[in-house]
Amino acid sequence: MTISRRSALKVMAAATATSVAKAVTPSTASAAAIAAPPDAVGMLYDATKCIGCKACMSACNRANDLEPDTSLSSGRWHMPLDLNEHTKNIIKLYRDANSGEQSFIKRQCMHCLDPACVGACMLGALQKGEHGIVSYNADLCIGCRYCEMGCPFNVLKFEWSKAVPKMQKCELCRHRMPEKGPACCEVCPTGAVIYGKRADLLAEAHRRLAQYPDRYQPKVYGEEEVGGTQVLYLAHVNFEKLGLPAYRDQSVPKTVRTVQHTIYQGFVAPVALYGVLAAVMLRNRKKGGVAEGEEERRS
Amino acid sequence: MTTLEQPQPLGGTTFTRPVQILLAFAALAGALIVWRFAAGLGATTALNDGYPWGLWIAFDVVTGTALSCGGYGIAILVYILNRGNYHPLIRPALVTSAFGYTIAGLSVMIDVGRPWIAYQLPFFWHWNVHSVLLEVALCIMTYTIVLWLELSPAFLERARTSGIQLIRRVGEVGLPVMKKSLLWLTALGMLLPTMHQSALGSLLLLSGPRLHPVWNTTLLPLLFLLSCVAMGFGAVVIEGSLSALFLRRKPETPMLAGLGLVMQPLIGLYLVIRIVDIAVRGQLAALFAFDFYSVLALFEMALFAASMVLLATDRQRHDLGNLFRAAMLMVLAGALYRFDVFLVAFQPGAHWFYFPNLTEILITAGLVAGEIAGYIIVIKVFPIMSGAPLPAPAR
Repeated sequence: MTISRRSALKVMAAATATSVAKAVTPSTASAAAIAAPPDAVGMLYDATKCIGCKACMSACNRANDLEPDTSLSSGRWHMPLDLNEHTKNIIKLYRDANSGEQSFIKRQCMHCLDPACVGACMLGALQKGEHGIVSYNADLCIGCRYCEMGCPFNVLKFEWSKAVPKMQKCELCRHRMPEKGPACCEVCPTGAVIYGKRADLLAEAHRRLAQYPDRYQPKVYGEEEVGGTQVLYLAHVNFEKLGLPAYRDQSVPKTVRTVQHTIYQGFVAPVALYGVLAAVMLRNRKKGGVAEGEEERRS
Repeated sequence: MTTLEQPQPLGGTTFTRPVQILLAFAALAGALIVWRFAAGLGATTALNDGYPWGLWIAFDVVTGTALSCGGYGIAILVYILNRGNYHPLIRPALVTSAFGYTIAGLSVMIDVGRPWIAYQLPFFWHWNVHSVLLEVALCIMTYTIVLWLELSPAFLERARTSGIQLIRRVGEVGLPVMKKSLLWLTALGMLLPTMHQSALGSLLLLSGPRLHPVWNTTLLPLLFLLSCVAMGFGAVVIEGSLSALFLRRKPETPMLAGLGLVMQPLIGLYLVIRIVDIAVRGQLAALFAFDFYSVLALFEMALFAASMVLLATDRQRHDLGNLFRAAMLMVLAGALYRFDVFLVAFQPGAHWFYFPNLTEILITAGLVAGEIAGYIIVIKVFPIMSGAPLPAPAR
């Protein structure tokens, strides 16, 4: 009796121990950035070129049939405080009152190479689709909002005002492709945001960094952060001040997959645990234990 | 047959005044739920894009199912560790667990924005096997069914004594079938909580970059698993003490004291792993920074430790009042840990704020009230409780 009882505990303990060991040991291979899909497209936003005209915001709402957010303008014009259910794209102003340092910053979905939202989504309503675009399909969305919990850039937005809500996020105007690119890039009067293949945009960003080293922070944001994103940023102000956190080069869902794979690889551990649990119970019952079926015979 | 050993329906008036009041609260929650579906989540809750998960997830689902781990914990004790003397605790614990998980499932359906898509959850060709939430959802759905099936012998035993022939027949045919399959169900009833209670911790791994470093660890699943079993035992102690008090029954003190003994190493292990993990990750400085988060984490761990201290000696454990306090502390500690991970230590950005509004609180309170009323009704009508009623107080 003790042997099999012990073995049940052993299986539990062993499964726990290996998962603990694997989870704690930092994976060395993960440092390598994730390879972008070969046809990956994206955007390059250069904060030094943006004049804050917000033409991209109206263009985005027009292209995506979004109602304007007029809650702060007494119903007059689109005036969102942040990305929200009416706003997939926003221009924000950062200004330091003391130093006078200032910059505009454009925010929308970053189209991560390994997106947390796609890892979160139960039925695959969010997918890393064609051209690496993170796309959304409401027909498979339960509205659980786990994608919002996961997104490191707080991009996904829920239609709180509706009884039949959906999620809202930038899909790089994939409905206009292949004839047209994203509406925001199309209307930008200064070329602050441009659309293209990620590889080309990355090369262009590095070209600008090399050509004007004293104009920029020495980094292309999105090249490595959270494993790399398809939207890239150049700026003259520290990225953290612009709301782009200093994330490590490791993708978050990868950590989750490592932990989950360790525990559930091939579903072996759960099946084994079930077998051992049932075996121990059978044995205990034979030894005159108290498994429910025996109750009446005993009493 | 020894009547004392066999579970018996308690009998008596079913819809007493307290039950009526509890059901009134549940009805109010029902009305608010209708409003929530008519008006949407924005109009009825304080949830927002910074804190998309609030009270319903942190309490009803994450804390509620952990408190409902009594059925899981006692089953391990009785069937795996072969401690048959705890057998009388199984059915009451299963009733609490079954109601707790049902409430959790109901809360999820209220919380999600598009519940009508949930019918697609069993369609495996849509499954994203990397989604921790999918694992949680499927496990909790299955486990809720398993819990009611584990409990079904109690209903079938009652059916056998029914005045209506059809129901009697169902009881007579169903009971042997259920008793044969119970072992396989019970094994499933131990596997599923092991999976989803740990997975509830894994959920927040995905929010890692936005989780305070004191809480953000890959060991979240292990910490959630250890604490949920201790919380389950704590809930059984609380429920045992309260039903003895309110239903005038002899308290099962020796059995509950035994649970106290089992809780001790669980809490101890939890605390050791928690602290060693913080140290290994180099976050001891953050733990002892004595800012808001540091004080919160220390307070949380102090609650765990206090519960363990109250359970230290045999005499303390056999003092029902003391045991009850220890169980309350354990349950509070586990609940606070879960609230911290899901809400307080989760940092979506400085300009986001969440505190549940009255509607959310009333819906949660109403669901819990319904759960308590359901528990009282079930133990009165069905054979759940064993043991003896106290003799009528001499006046």
